[in-house]
Amino acid sequence: VTLLSFATRFHRLDEPPHICWDETHFGKMGSYYINRTFFFDVHPPLGKMLIGLAGYLSGYDGTFLFQKPGDKYEHHNYMGMRGFCAFLGSLLVPFAYLTVLELSRSLPAALLSAALLTFDTGCLTLSQYILLDPILMFFIMAAMLSMVKYNSCADRPFSAPWWFWLSLTGINLAGALGVKFVGLFIILQVGWNTISDLWHLFGDLSLSVVTVGKHLTARVLCLIVLPLTLYTATYAVHFMVLNKSGPGDGFFSSAFQARLSGNNLHNASIPEHLAYGSVITVKNLRMAIGYLHSHRHLYPEGIGARQQQVTTYLHKDYNNLWIIKKHNTNADPLDPSFPVEFVRHGDIIRLEHKETSRNLHSHYHEAPLTRKHYQVTGYGINGTGDSNDFWRIEVVNRKFGNRIKVLRSRIRLIHLVTGCVLGSSGKVLPKWGWEQLEVTCTPYLKETLNSIWNVEDHINPKLPNISLDVLHPTFPEILLESHMVMIRGNNGLKPKDNEFTSKPWHWPINYQGLRFSGINDTDFRVYLLGNPVVWWLNLLSIVLYVLLGSIIAIAVQRGAHLPAEVEGLSQVLLQGGGQLLLGWMLHYFPFFLMGRILYFHHYFPAMLFSSMLTGILWDTVLQLCAWSLASPFLARGMYAAGLLSLLLGTAYSFYLFHPLAYGMVGPLAQDPRSPMAGLRWLESWDF
Amino acid sequence: MLGFLERPVVVTADINLNVVALTAVGLLSRLWQLAYPRAVVFDEVYYGQYISFYMKRIFFLDGSGPPFGHMLLALGGYLGGFDGNFLWNRIGAENALITQARLMLLESVLIFFNLLAVLSYLKFANSQKQRPFSLRWWFWLTLTGMACSCAVGVKYVGVFTYLLVLAVAGVHAWHLIGDRTLSHVRVLCHLLARAAALLVVPALMYLLFFYVHLTLVCRSGPHDQIMSSAFQASLEGGLARITQGQPLEVAYGSQVTLKNVFGKPVPCWLHSHQSTYPMIYENGRGSSHQQQVTCYPFKDVNNWWIVKDPGRHPLVVSNPPRPVRHGDIVQLVHGMTTRFLNTHDVAAPLSPHSQEVSCYVDYNISMPSQNLWRLDIVNRESDTEVWKTILSEVRLVHVNTSAVLKLSGAHLPDWGFRQLEVVGEKLSRGYHESMVWNVEEHRYGKSQEQKERELELHSPAQMDVSRNLSFMARFLELQWRMLTVKSDDSEHKYSSSPLDWVTLDTSIAYWLHPRTSAQIHLLGNIVIWASAGLATAVYALLFFWYLLRRRRCIRDLPEGCWLRWVLAGALCAGGWAVNYLPFFLMEKTLFLYHYLPALTFQILLLPVVLQHVADHLCRSPLLRSVFGSLVVAWYSCACHVFNTLRPLTYGDRSLSPGELRALRWKDTWDILIRKY
Repeated sequence: VTLLSFATRFHRLDEPPHICWDETHFGKMGSYYINRTFFFDVHPPLGKMLIGLAGYLSGYDGTFLFQKPGDKYEHHNYMGMRGFCAFLGSLLVPFAYLTVLELSRSLPAALLSAALLTFDTGCLTLSQYILLDPILMFFIMAAMLSMVKYNSCADRPFSAPWWFWLSLTGINLAGALGVKFVGLFIILQVGWNTISDLWHLFGDLSLSVVTVGKHLTARVLCLIVLPLTLYTATYAVHFMVLNKSGPGDGFFSSAFQARLSGNNLHNASIPEHLAYGSVITVKNLRMAIGYLHSHRHLYPEGIGARQQQVTTYLHKDYNNLWIIKKHNTNADPLDPSFPVEFVRHGDIIRLEHKETSRNLHSHYHEAPLTRKHYQVTGYGINGTGDSNDFWRIEVVNRKFGNRIKVLRSRIRLIHLVTGCVLGSSGKVLPKWGWEQLEVTCTPYLKETLNSIWNVEDHINPKLPNISLDVLHPTFPEILLESHMVMIRGNNGLKPKDNEFTSKPWHWPINYQGLRFSGINDTDFRVYLLGNPVVWWLNLLSIVLYVLLGSIIAIAVQRGAHLPAEVEGLSQVLLQGGGQLLLGWMLHYFPFFLMGRILYFHHYFPAMLFSSMLTGILWDTVLQLCAWSLASPFLARGMYAAGLLSLLLGTAYSFYLFHPLAYGMVGPLAQDPRSPMAGLRWLESWDF
Repeated sequence: MLGFLERPVVVTADINLNVVALTAVGLLSRLWQLAYPRAVVFDEVYYGQYISFYMKRIFFLDGSGPPFGHMLLALGGYLGGFDGNFLWNRIGAENALITQARLMLLESVLIFFNLLAVLSYLKFANSQKQRPFSLRWWFWLTLTGMACSCAVGVKYVGVFTYLLVLAVAGVHAWHLIGDRTLSHVRVLCHLLARAAALLVVPALMYLLFFYVHLTLVCRSGPHDQIMSSAFQASLEGGLARITQGQPLEVAYGSQVTLKNVFGKPVPCWLHSHQSTYPMIYENGRGSSHQQQVTCYPFKDVNNWWIVKDPGRHPLVVSNPPRPVRHGDIVQLVHGMTTRFLNTHDVAAPLSPHSQEVSCYVDYNISMPSQNLWRLDIVNRESDTEVWKTILSEVRLVHVNTSAVLKLSGAHLPDWGFRQLEVVGEKLSRGYHESMVWNVEEHRYGKSQEQKERELELHSPAQMDVSRNLSFMARFLELQWRMLTVKSDDSEHKYSSSPLDWVTLDTSIAYWLHPRTSAQIHLLGNIVIWASAGLATAVYALLFFWYLLRRRRCIRDLPEGCWLRWVLAGALCAGGWAVNYLPFFLMEKTLFLYHYLPALTFQILLLPVVLQHVADHLCRSPLLRSVFGSLVVAWYSCACHVFNTLRPLTYGDRSLSPGELRALRWKDTWDILIRKY
């Protein structure tokens, strides 16, 4: 089984020799690890770290740019990374085999499950490229396998194998969660299994409470403490490796950026307290909003007053610089004859844009996108404006009269005339606003991060500089922050209205695949699509399983007496199958609730579980049929025939559909001349 | 309340007195000065509007819930919402519930049906023990189902209570299956009766609500635009006035307007006008400089297109008309400019990955016209189906490039008059409604000359064939639109997050007297709010404690008492959980009043826990009397708070700023203080 799996996964692994689909992201992130530049991604770091490691060990030097799908690799060594993913992907099949064997104690069932996975074109395709999914699926299956193994050691508690499988489960859970947050579902499954296990032990009156306590502690250690430690350890490595400033900086807070060498906050020394005349940049506290920004462009006709735009901008730029001035004088506070005057909580100030000398201004005009808020503009000439330029600066949760600290004070700017609060709505302005984010003045005084800012850069020659090392964030802080940013990033991935998106109900029916590479008939095309025979069989099996399972459960509940053989089979079906069904449901149904954009490949972990369920189900059904037949010869014959036809059927369908995974050239399948034309069973398949 | 149900028959008279007294107090507190204020309060704006729609029988659409609640209000029965509250009114001093119940909003109706469902299920479970299949048994069982469907019919959040009742019923049914004293047939009868009453009856009632709704509102109204052309045509007035009597089958020479089926961001029609695409866009890309094709959200003479047979010259319908069928190749001619709908390998103005769609202008620059389109009827029943007005949903597939005509949803800049961009989508990835169009207005073209034709286009279309949509089709469409209609999640001054609700960190100002500072707020009685939360926590702790001890075979409670304790928890704590937790997943704007259904369940738990503590945990008489006095103290405390907050509940007394400030116990309460 293992050999066959490796053979199919490694066959033609080097084709196509260009970037396919999401390789452009994950390959790039692997390179970032090799180059040690900081980046931001919505998934936890372990998967990309492993890719980076595989690339590093196989001699890839991290110089390839991974710009867009279709770029040729040329002399760069990409086989190491692909080989690593294919290796993990190949291990899925033996894992499934062992799991089913353990659950059902039936060799044919295990063989059938393994065959379904080996001959599934979708699993094959997904395992052949530099993606997170093979790694994720590897950890999920490994966790499942070790959980099942450890369940079967339950009669010898605290023995060496018992400890081994228990801690292995914990390690794999950490791995699964460390690759993608989808790993949470397998944690739920293991958690459920553990709780019911403990409940069972607790009800066993022959065990003393102390023994039960020991069991509980062992599980807490191996399934909670151990994975958490490993999980945080991956982050520790992540932050240690990535210590250079890179494309991910802007997503993080000022304090976070101070860690990265090459960032202008790294080892910087700036004045600590704000004073009048200071030149500053103001950053919104909510993640991924950016700096308060203005530029020499006016709001277009019909959108509020025709004054200079004020936006937020994620990148560092001269137009992010503002000067703090007193509201009532226009004298230059940097004149050496004036004493230094610090800005205090509750002061009335004016913010002048350094490049254009316009004041931050707001008035009773509706904001461009958020209609219930007021518009914020740049107004006045050379700093002379009107009373609508006055803002009260407040430090959140402080007393009056306190000074304002750079980076650490969380400030709000309250417009004096209208009483509204400066904030960013986080909405993207249209073309005229250069797709920067909208800044508004909100009349709703509720405290949200959108309306809280901090001062990041600070230049004032009259003040002494202090070193910023004091504000080095602790490890738990950066851990928490990176999680917040990831969650926000995930929620931000929303589908647009007029775009076709994949829906969860499409997945089990194999409604539509994903194009990995190539569009036109001359391209080398790879199309991610499950083997329809396998998938539809899986779907049928789930329905059949639910039916059969409820019939047996009701029969047992009514107290019907089953013959011994049927009794054994139904035990396997209800318990082993039940665990797999739970796995399938846990890895599938939560997607219905998710608001983020979804893709077809999200279904694959669930598909692994449903294939294993199919194996168990058909083995049981065939055995039941064979048992009901009178003559033993006929029974054995029909059992073997049924099993063989299933195995051969999947193998033959794989032969038919293998070009999807290994690549095809020639006319598209819509074209009747194409060799694949007869295989386009659904109109929605566009390979 | 559960205690009431379990007591022997002897004390019935006493209980009835109780109920009557409580009802009186409940009604009094809710009806007190009901007519005041004589002004529109908060969401009454919306609901009042909907009711007047019913009175005028105008069609409308509200995303928050099915029509039953609105209908009930419109029936003039807003008393129906009040008299329901007596059921649980053991604590007659809950400010928030009173405020909510007094005003004309849907929540109180919802709470009434939620509680009715739970109550009747309990009654049913009781009679199950005594005499199954008796009249009483049937009555309570059907009442459960009906109350559930009413709850769902008022607001969709009622679904959660329905699911809870179903789950409890399911568990009971499972025990029933395991009861080996009953015969198979009898078990089957039990199951069938439950399925009929709890699944079939609610479904039928739900359909009935919509049936009544759709029969009542049969005129077109302000929300027509959201619905499909076919639906609109089934309403009186509006589109129906235009489409009534149109020819059904589209033929060569037909003059049509094409509406996009997706209709987002706004419903619009395929449109073209004299202006051309600018030679060079702002970002430096070039265009074909041909005539613009857009999607326009208003009726306009430029929305008319003529269906032409590529092989023949005339632009009129022949006699007899030759219908256009699925798979036919057609050309579309813009009525006012006589230019052909065209697309080619030029990037669209705003969606550079798609093709530009234009009306072809021949500049003699070796850019040939590519104006052949294949008609693809999406909802066809056979492959030779005729293209039908309104009913057929079609895709127009370009013959040369196999691009599909699509509404991209982007607004063109000023040169395109801010109309919507139409593109040719090359990589048509599956079916999406933005690529589907339907004929809305239609007539057979008669004039061959351009001048006459322009006159013809300006005149309204009138002919006669009428068609009607079946109720089920209308129901399904309406249901679908209700579930998918997106309310713009605008920030609201009084919106709050579910976390604020438990701790009562938020309030809603409903009404402020125009001159004085009398005002009405949705604000809870903080004592009851806090103790209900506490009761839930105590219940959960005790429950797990008992559960663990039972597992080790230590039985603190007698079996019957334990079962009652579990059932009470399942219904009350469960009711609270199912009505509260789902709000964490919702992305719409949330208000404090969304919490009230959950709160009522939580308050129900309070007496259960108190009773339990008094009966089982206070062992000595001394403890018991201490506990009793604590309860009395607590109750008077609650009454006192109610009394203090009363001006904000009834809004009948103007308070001075100082008094108002004193009432502002939490900084987060938005009590309005006038500046003098």
